Amino acid sequence: MPMLKLQYEVDGTDFTRAGEASSSVKKNLRKLGVSADAIRRVSICLYEGEINMVIHANGGVIDVLVFPDRIEMVLADTGKGIADIEKAMQAGWSTAPDEVRSLGFGAGMGLPNMKKYSDEMRIESTVGVGTTVYMTVKV
Amino acid sequence: MTPIQFAEKYSLSVASPGEGAEREVGGVYCCDLLSMVMGRAHEDDAFLTVMGNVNTIAVAVLADVSCVILCEGIKLDSETLQKAVAQEVCVLCSEESTFQVALKLAKELGLC
Repeated sequence: MPMLKLQYEVDGTDFTRAGEASSSVKKNLRKLGVSADAIRRVSICLYEGEINMVIHANGGVIDVLVFPDRIEMVLADTGKGIADIEKAMQAGWSTAPDEVRSLGFGAGMGLPNMKKYSDEMRIESTVGVGTTVYMTVKV
Repeated sequence: MTPIQFAEKYSLSVASPGEGAEREVGGVYCCDLLSMVMGRAHEDDAFLTVMGNVNTIAVAVLADVSCVILCEGIKLDSETLQKAVAQEVCVLCSEESTFQVALKLAKELGLC
């Protein structure tokens, strides 16, 4: 049984609100006494995920389950899906539009960052249906 | 040295004081690519950038930096400023280049 379950809806129309879920999770994990390193890794994974949902998928839902030994994150959207996951995982490869790049994102670092800072990561995606990203950070 | 002390000594303007009077600057990180900042900036770093949008503030909070220093005369828009104040993020503004500000910080921190 998880010690804590959190769920957030990511507003896909509002770039300025991206980061709210990550900030809230961070505060909750601090209260639980989770290590600073694990909190940092979870925050990075979630924030990159949030940004991806806003850029590519018109929002989605984030579930965070906190267990004594790990934090599980599930980020599900009903966006356009990823045609080639292997390519999407390559650092520097991006389909983000120019306006997103001008805000400091869209450099093709999101998924590689999520992979780097999580202990396990899995992507399920169907073009035209949506994408679900599963990540685990061990604490 | 706290971010506010640095601002006073080198005449940077304080857009949002946040926790800038209480925290110590522990290091310096310069970058405009927010994904990179999030992964690589260290806690208590001064984060130097020319990227002054709301996401800058979100990244500053997540990376737990001691302050954001906007260089090259970049200013925050009112929405971003509100977010910085609400999240208690210290934001300083300088007319100088990122390099020039980093150099001053490096001297203060004994890094050069």
